[in-house]
Amino acid sequence: MQVYNTGLNTPSVAAGPLYSLRLYVAGQTPKSVLALRNLKHICEEHLNGRYEIEMIDLLENPQLARGDQILAVPTLVRRLPEPIKKIIGDLSNTERVLVGLDLRVSR
Amino acid sequence: MNGVANLHSAEELLQSNLHAHDVPKALTGIRGLDEVTRGGLPKGRPTLVCGGPGSGKTLLAMTFLVNGAVRFDEPGVLLTFEENAEEIASDVASLGFDLPQLIAAGKLAIDYVRVERSEIEETGEYDLEGLFVRLDHAIRTVGAKRVVLDTIESLFAGLKNDTILRAELRRLFRWLKDQGVTAVITGERGDGLLTRQGLEEYVSDAVILLDHRVHDQVSTRRLRVVKYRGSHHGTNEYPFLIDAGGISVLPVSSLALQHPAPIDRVSSGVTRLDEMLGGKGYYRGSTILVSGTAGTGKTSLAAHFLDAACRRGERCLCFLFEESPQQLLRNMRSIGIDLEPWVKSGVLQFHADRPSRYGLETHLVTMHQVVANFKPTVTVLDPVTNLMTVGTFADVQAMLTRLIDHLKTENITAMLTSLMPGQTEIERTETTISSLMDTWIVLANDAESGRHHRGLYVLKSRGMAHSNELCEFSMTNRGLNLHERASAPPGTGARDGSSQEGTHHAGV
Repeated sequence: MQVYNTGLNTPSVAAGPLYSLRLYVAGQTPKSVLALRNLKHICEEHLNGRYEIEMIDLLENPQLARGDQILAVPTLVRRLPEPIKKIIGDLSNTERVLVGLDLRVSR
Repeated sequence: MNGVANLHSAEELLQSNLHAHDVPKALTGIRGLDEVTRGGLPKGRPTLVCGGPGSGKTLLAMTFLVNGAVRFDEPGVLLTFEENAEEIASDVASLGFDLPQLIAAGKLAIDYVRVERSEIEETGEYDLEGLFVRLDHAIRTVGAKRVVLDTIESLFAGLKNDTILRAELRRLFRWLKDQGVTAVITGERGDGLLTRQGLEEYVSDAVILLDHRVHDQVSTRRLRVVKYRGSHHGTNEYPFLIDAGGISVLPVSSLALQHPAPIDRVSSGVTRLDEMLGGKGYYRGSTILVSGTAGTGKTSLAAHFLDAACRRGERCLCFLFEESPQQLLRNMRSIGIDLEPWVKSGVLQFHADRPSRYGLETHLVTMHQVVANFKPTVTVLDPVTNLMTVGTFADVQAMLTRLIDHLKTENITAMLTSLMPGQTEIERTETTISSLMDTWIVLANDAESGRHHRGLYVLKSRGMAHSNELCEFSMTNRGLNLHERASAPPGTGARDGSSQEGTHHAGV
C-alpha cells in the first residue's frame, strides 16, 4: 500500500473539504500506471493541498477488494467527502473524473 | 419364474461402454440429475444453468455447491450478484443447508458482489481484474473445487461498457477452466436466447435449461440438458420438483427390464388367499393389482396386506388418492383391522393427495421422493384409477410404468387398487395397466336371489401355480373371510383372462 500524501503538510491554499482518495489497481500494468499519473495530475490541478491518495494493489492485498466492492480495475474511490463515489477506468477523461469527484457539475 | 429378470438389454451394454469414454464428472448429489447427466456436471469446467425467474436456478446451483462441501469433500465458492450472504443463507436454511456453519468450517466462501450503476462513473480503459482477484482469493481461502456465479448477467446492468464486459466474461470462463474448478453459472432466460446476454456463447461445455410451465392450472417444472460436450446425456425434458427436501429430477426410467426377481414370498394377510396363490402369497418385489367395482373390498384387501407386512416388521407406505388417512383408519377398524398402532410406531406411513392437486409428473416425482425418504418395502396405491382424472390413458400408463419400474428396481412389493366402473366389464383402465402387473386379483359383487354375494378370484399371477377358483367371501368384524369352497367351480378359467363370466357366479 502506497500513500501519496501530497500537500497536506503545507498550508492550505484553497478552501474546501479534504479529499481522501483510494486507487485500486492489480499489479503495475500500463492501465494502473496511467491511472495514477492521471489522478495525480488532476489532483494537483484541482485539489491543491487538500487531497490524499492511497494506492492499493489487489495482487498484494486481495482481501481488500471486498470492502469497497471492487470489481473493475483501476477503480478510484472517493472516501471523503461523503458520499462514497467510484470511478472506474484509467481516468483518461479528465472531465468525467471531475464530474465523478463532484468537482464539476455534469454538463 | 418369469423370464423377465434374465434379459440384459442392448441399452445397458451400450451404456456401460459409453461411460468409459465420458469426460470426468462431478456429482451434483441432486436426485435424478446425476442419472440424466450420467454422473454429474463436467468436472473442472463451467456449466450454464439457465431459466426464467423462479425456475430454480439458484437452488440447483446452491444444492450443487452444498452437496459438494458436505458430501463429496469439495469445498465451494459462491459469487453472488443479487443477494447477500445472509439472504442466501436464509433462503436455503429451510432445506437444511447451514451455510454459516459451512463457512465457519472453511468449506464454503460467499462473496457478494454489488454493482450499482448510479454509483459508478466510467472513464477510459478498465478490466475486471478486481473480480478475478476476489474469486481467486475466495477459491484459495477454502481450497475450492466448485464455484457458483449467480447471476453474472447482473454485471450488464451495472456496467456500461458491453464490449469490455463481454471480453472479460470470455476471459473469466477461460480462467475458471484453468483453475480446474467445476463451475455453475446461472443465467436468466432471454427472448429467443437461452440467456439474456447470450452467455451460452461463452460457456460451451454444458447447458442445462430449467422451465416452469402451467398447463390446465397445473404447474410442472421441467429440466433439459441442452448440451453436454464430450458426454452422452438424456435429451428429454425431465420433470423436477422443488419442495422441503430440495430439488429432485425424475429421469424417465430406462425400462431395460433388469429388475431383480426375488423368489421369497410375502403373505397377502389373508390365509385363504395365500393358499390360492400357490400356498405362499405374493412374490416379494412384485406388483399386485386389485380391481373391482365400488364397495367390493379393494381397500380392505390392501389393509390386510399392510397389516400383515407391518406385523412382519416391514416398512409400509400407503398413497391415498380418495380417502384421508383418518377415514381409512376408521373404516378398517370397523372390520377389525387396526392400523393405527403401526402408524404410531412409525412402520406405516400414509401419504394422501388429491389427484387434481397437481399433474401426473409431479405426482410421480412426489411419490419417488416419499419412497426415497421413507424407504418402504411395501407400497400401496389406493385407488390408482383416480389418477385418470388428471391425465389421458397413455399418460397414466406411462406414469405407472415408470413408477412400477422404480418400485421393482427397489424391490418394493406394490399393491395398486383399481376401481372398475362397470359390473362385469374389464375396462380399458385395467387392460392399460394390467400388463405391468404380476398378480391381478378381481373382486366382484353379485346380487342373486335377494342376497348380496362377494367374490374374489386370481385372474393372473405370474410365476406361480395359482388357484383358478372363484372364492366367495364375507366382510366380518375380523376382516375378509374367504369361504372354503364345497366343490370345484364350474367355468372359472381365470388363467387365460376369459373369466369375466365368473363374476356372475360369485355365490357358491
